[in-house]
Amino acid sequence: MKGEKGKKPKNEFLYFAWRNWKLRLGLAIVLFFVVLAIVGPRLTPHQPWAYVGPPARPPSKEFWFGTTMFGQDVFTQFVYGLYPVFLVGALGGGLATLIGTAIGFTAGYRGGWVDEILNTFTNVVLVIPTLALLLIIAAYLGVRSFFIQAVFIGCTAWPWTARAVRAQTLSLKAREFVDLARISAARPTKIILTEIAPNMLSYLVMVFILQFGGAILNAATLDFIGLGPTRGISLGLMMQMALLWGALPLGLWWWFVPPGLAIALLVGALYITNVGLDEIFNPKLREM
Amino acid sequence: MPLLEVQDLRVYYQTIRGDVKALDGASFSLAEGEIMGLAGESGCGKSTLGRSLVLLKPPMKYVEGRVTLEDFSLPIWDREKMNAFRFSKISLIPQYAMNALNPTRKVKKIFTDILATKGIKGSQVLPELRRRLEMVELPLDVLNMYPIELSGGMKQRVVMVLSTFLNPSLLIADEITSALDVSTQRAVVKMLVDFRDRRVVRAMIVITHDISLLYQIADSILVMYAGKLVEKGTTEEILRAPKHPYTRFLIASLPDIGVRYGERKLEGVPGCPPLLLQPPRGCRFRERCPHAFEKCLEEPPFVAIGPSGRQVACWQALEEHA
Amino acid sequence: MLELERVTKIYRLGVLGRKALKAVDSVSFTVARGQVISLIGESGSGKTTIGRMILRLTPVTFGRILFQGADISKFHGLALKNYYRRVQGVFQDPFSSYNPIFKADRIFNIVQREFFPHLTKGEWRERVANALCSVGLEPGEVLGKYPHQLSGGQLQRLLIARAMLLEIQFLVADEILSMLDASTRIDVLNLLAELKRIRDLAVLFITHDLSLAYYISDEAIIIYRGYIVEQGAIEKVFVSPLHPYTRMLLAAVPRLDRKWGPAEVGLKAQEGKIVGGCPYHDRCLHAEKEETCKHLKPSLVFVDDRHSVACHPMGRLAKGVSHGTSEARGTSVA
Repeated sequence: MKGEKGKKPKNEFLYFAWRNWKLRLGLAIVLFFVVLAIVGPRLTPHQPWAYVGPPARPPSKEFWFGTTMFGQDVFTQFVYGLYPVFLVGALGGGLATLIGTAIGFTAGYRGGWVDEILNTFTNVVLVIPTLALLLIIAAYLGVRSFFIQAVFIGCTAWPWTARAVRAQTLSLKAREFVDLARISAARPTKIILTEIAPNMLSYLVMVFILQFGGAILNAATLDFIGLGPTRGISLGLMMQMALLWGALPLGLWWWFVPPGLAIALLVGALYITNVGLDEIFNPKLREM
Repeated sequence: MPLLEVQDLRVYYQTIRGDVKALDGASFSLAEGEIMGLAGESGCGKSTLGRSLVLLKPPMKYVEGRVTLEDFSLPIWDREKMNAFRFSKISLIPQYAMNALNPTRKVKKIFTDILATKGIKGSQVLPELRRRLEMVELPLDVLNMYPIELSGGMKQRVVMVLSTFLNPSLLIADEITSALDVSTQRAVVKMLVDFRDRRVVRAMIVITHDISLLYQIADSILVMYAGKLVEKGTTEEILRAPKHPYTRFLIASLPDIGVRYGERKLEGVPGCPPLLLQPPRGCRFRERCPHAFEKCLEEPPFVAIGPSGRQVACWQALEEHA
Repeated sequence: MLELERVTKIYRLGVLGRKALKAVDSVSFTVARGQVISLIGESGSGKTTIGRMILRLTPVTFGRILFQGADISKFHGLALKNYYRRVQGVFQDPFSSYNPIFKADRIFNIVQREFFPHLTKGEWRERVANALCSVGLEPGEVLGKYPHQLSGGQLQRLLIARAMLLEIQFLVADEILSMLDASTRIDVLNLLAELKRIRDLAVLFITHDLSLAYYISDEAIIIYRGYIVEQGAIEKVFVSPLHPYTRMLLAAVPRLDRKWGPAEVGLKAQEGKIVGGCPYHDRCLHAEKEETCKHLKPSLVFVDDRHSVACHPMGRLAKGVSHGTSEARGTSVA
């Protein structure tokens, strides 16, 4: 697919991409956190749950982000906690995008009763209260991992993607090049994959970015209310612990501000990237 | 004193790769009551010419030229200042206007909203609006309908009433019938003529690629090719005795009822129009012209031949005339 | 070769398909080898739907379409592929017929992938070059370019070349000229006529432009609201039109040799439901319009051996035909 894309549009894309400050800013922030998640654990000699210093100390030379009520190093927890954020974001967001596009393509292209059934299913999943469902699942599963959390988020966040993809497929399907592929005796799956999907590539990239951000936010929420993974560390779990042990009334701001700020920055940066991409993909929004 | 005078108008399109010289020096005038057809192939700059007189916005770029309408010099390079002239002095019905009507508003609301921008209350003009709708044979009920409830021809007529409501001096109609059926097309263009006959508008430019349609309604025809004006004359002159080789090709390629492939094979214009990013030197039709000679490397002027106001930009036609 | 038998298409509209819209109403005609038939009608007449049903892009509600005697709705898998090998289409909008993100010659690659996987690259390239030459295109000028770098006329010719790569016998040309410039139109039209002459190609030329139809076709079918109102050899239909609708269409065509007369064109919009009478009844300006028209739908009757009309008063003028009963099914010799 990429090979056939050719030179000129690619250059044009890069040209506009470079000129777009929203895209540059968003990507820079995301990249910064990715690098931090990779090299961060090597910058600290400690383990996230180890009691390594005096309790409740504000940031200092030794403990960059201060320590928790129990003397754990907040910076260590922070850099170790970044990795699961990306894991859940990529896995959960990716899964939601995959399910959503598959259902959207099938419903939109096949139409008729297939569409009716898939559409009803989508609407049912859309109205199921995610939180209530999770409470039930949490009761069944004694041990929860980041992987299960990601799968759960992926399986509940796809409906809006399915609806959007379905709508786009419906409009693309009416275009004459799809008719042309049909009278070339091409099979439906082939038509979807080689005619319709490439036209939505930019849109699918944006969907993934939004789902990625959404999954991070969802995971943080679940962690925060105590329905997160039972092992490991994440930014959401850090905030839960901070809340649980009264960091707020005690004024231990260094405990909850870094994870909270990081999540806000990361999700914000993803959304800004998305707006930037939208401007690049959509010539009407390009700033001349 | 002509009603409209355009002098050496140049409007380019800005792209990453440079300026596309879509309208490269146009000078012509329009008399009171004249319906001028503006003809040419797609990409020849006819729509650019029409649009630049009304709403010149990026990526279109004003380069030079003067436009005078009824002794006013139009500041076409300034969108803000043109607000005072748009609708009231000069009005454009764009190509896809009928699809541009807001589908969520009733026709009546669309009218009052637009009039409000000119400081006119909708209730004051209701009797006049009724009269105008009658003129285009639309029932009064359309005012209480949504655009989607109307057929293509009805929507086109709504747009026509809308854009002529303030009696503009000049009306520009850009390919307004190309999406319509023949029967509706005939009705719509007849109404255009009606607007002129009833003095709703003082002059009109009808942009189309359909020369046989112009034959039915236009007083004069201006032919454009690759951003340049190539020929202007009365409708009869252009159709019966075209001077420019391009005009001749254009007319010869039109099938007409009574012409069949087996009996008389028609020929198209050989070759392709030049790219306007870097247009060739000299006459722009040179490459496709069977009569081209050395002189055509120089750009031919668009000058009058004869007293009737006929103009042509072709060295050969000029020599023949001299 | 191709035969339509009382083909009807009903679209279901609204919630649960409660409203039914008859887009095509028991249309029958036949197309023989090397014959160009024009299907003429205004927007909403059902002409495009007929073309799509022949290409199996839209299912038929009632009736049958036969290709060389076989019902095309029964074709699956290999049989369907073989059908498309011989029956192809070109559509109205050349720019929308190409996937905008790919190069224009990709339409050829798809044909190779689906129909000629056994050919080598070199062999295929030669075939493409030959097909391009036969539609008057220079391979070097059009291959490797994006659709937006080519003109509408070039794109439509590429599509015809694509059909030529197959062993095509029948082409559905759906308004293929309406988005082209007048000067380019005639080139594409001449090309179709050449292909008909040289390769014995049959063409269903769907159009609303009567002068283009007259230039190229052998036979004309005038269709109004999904119903055939007049059919016959092109000279008959155009020189002595019978149906008031055909006459109205002809009067509305802008012509270069004469200006429009004062004759009023029936402009009434085609709204309102057909209750059962003549579909053209509410717009008809015919002087002899009669009570029967309101209640009884006229069927096609022959007025001579190559001309038939569906109109009560006009049909009765036909010599030696008992009025309104005998039915015409295609006038061509298949």
